[in-house]
Amino acid sequence: MISWHEVSVSYGPDTVVGPVDIDVADGEWVALIGPNGAGKSTLIKAAVDVTPHSGWVSLGGREKRPGLDIAWMPQRPQLPDDMGVGDYVLLGRTPHLGYLAAESKHDVETMRSALSKLDLTHFARRPLHTLSGGEAQRAVLARALAQEAPVLLLDEPTAGLDVGHAVDVLEVVDELRHQEGLTVVIAAHDLTLAARFADRLILLSGGKVVADGSPGQVLMEDTLTAHYGADIRVLEDADGPVVVPVRRSR
Amino acid sequence: MNTRAAPIEARSTRVGWVALAIGAAVVLVAAIVGSVVGAAGLDPSSVVKALIDGMPGVSLETGLTPAETVILYEIRLPRIVLGALVGGVLAVSGATYQGVFRNPLADPYLLGVAAGAGLGATLGFALTGRSGWIAPLAFAGGLCAVAITYALGRSVGGRSPTSLILAGVAVAAFATAIQTYILQQNVDTLREVYSWILGRLTTVGWDEVVELLPYAIAASVILVAARRMLDVLALGDEEAKALGVNVGRVRGVVVVTATLATAAAVSVSGLIGFVGIIVPHTIRLLFGWSYRVIIPLSILFGAAFLMLADVAARTLISPAELPIGVVTAFFGAPFFLLVLRTMRGPA
Repeated sequence: MISWHEVSVSYGPDTVVGPVDIDVADGEWVALIGPNGAGKSTLIKAAVDVTPHSGWVSLGGREKRPGLDIAWMPQRPQLPDDMGVGDYVLLGRTPHLGYLAAESKHDVETMRSALSKLDLTHFARRPLHTLSGGEAQRAVLARALAQEAPVLLLDEPTAGLDVGHAVDVLEVVDELRHQEGLTVVIAAHDLTLAARFADRLILLSGGKVVADGSPGQVLMEDTLTAHYGADIRVLEDADGPVVVPVRRSR
Repeated sequence: MNTRAAPIEARSTRVGWVALAIGAAVVLVAAIVGSVVGAAGLDPSSVVKALIDGMPGVSLETGLTPAETVILYEIRLPRIVLGALVGGVLAVSGATYQGVFRNPLADPYLLGVAAGAGLGATLGFALTGRSGWIAPLAFAGGLCAVAITYALGRSVGGRSPTSLILAGVAVAAFATAIQTYILQQNVDTLREVYSWILGRLTTVGWDEVVELLPYAIAASVILVAARRMLDVLALGDEEAKALGVNVGRVRGVVVVTATLATAAAVSVSGLIGFVGIIVPHTIRLLFGWSYRVIIPLSILFGAAFLMLADVAARTLISPAELPIGVVTAFFGAPFFLLVLRTMRGPA
């Protein structure tokens, strides 16, 4: 279980996030939702220690180890232009290597299997700058997978992707979750997609948790309208709730 | 052929034997050219024989007079070896700075190392007038400049690489201003300082080589060992940190190492610019993006490059000599613009 304990983030005297307590069970898929600035990315970044915060994040009751316990897919990953996809994915092995060590055969095997799980084997030598948006997302996921961490934190993994590629990426994540027994936490803007894939939604607003539960429990019209500041209709589909906006001036 | 495995096996993070062999061959050729060419007009075949004769367990009739042997061993060879050491150090430091600051234009000059060392050397000339003080003061000046650049860069812009480079430019301008002021006040030292600023590889026997050698070896070992970390840092500070890397410590160790070696090189050779830009970028074009390749090859090609630049400096207007810094700037400045033009825009 990965847990955020009393995590809060302040800029100067202003506490922008928290204190927040969240528990995510092993193998669970949780989506953090909420308007821009609600603290979704910030909570994810606090878990991998790239943003200063108070409180702590634990894994199975002990302090998490960076890199080994949590793999992070940032919202805007740095993709060095000329680096090959295979070499990029291999950098995911860094947490397992000493500062001066070189990759072993096992590391190369892990890289290879991550590439093949994401259907990137034939891209191994392609420079990163030649990849399309969807391919690049898969390369970043492959690198995260190569870390062999039990928890995957994805910060808006479908940002900038069309609906087809967005579903592709999330389907892959779901498959990996089942194959590898991963715990998945994503920050999501598309509420309908989040509801399709996640077991549980956590609605953040103003840096606090304001709703937590199954998609059907959290995606209520009046809750969403209050926190997103727009008229929102929630329709029922056989597969779950569908969230649509309503024009103001009618 | 197994089409699945083949593309992955051919990773671009390994230094190929071919590349290493080419590097070693270029170093050897440059060293031989450097020892054959010179004002004393030694017979080339005799020089080569003498070099082979100098190897342990080999004895050859060289055909050189005792005076010529002294010229070869006490004047030419120390200068060639010094050129190789300075070239290797400047090139590998440039490559390191480019990696650690993720800035293709970073080199010892942009960080203020060279200007700080220049100020130190000027103080040495002006205040003491004794050449024994030049090297230690240049060394101290270079280190102070980088420390100030680092502190300023962090306090102004946190951990952004750009703020560091801008701080370096400011520190360099400030050091140069003080240096100019001192020179104005001590016109008699102008000529000496000027010759030092233009860079030179003139030696007194093997003293300078012995002085620089430990720094060159230590820096090479540390930077080659840390070369994989430079590839990890290419992912940005945040992602490197999330991979469990102590980014601050890695950057600190690597920058201090490169700076110590650069300051040591500058303190014996004066300001020889552009080696840290030309060599790593050429290697990048020929052998790819990975610092695991660029770092070791920079040492070899940097050594060869400066030995050959010195040959040009000694022969182009012989019997007079061009300052070697003029030669490297002549090739380096256009190259710098080329790099600037081909850089992809900031992400």
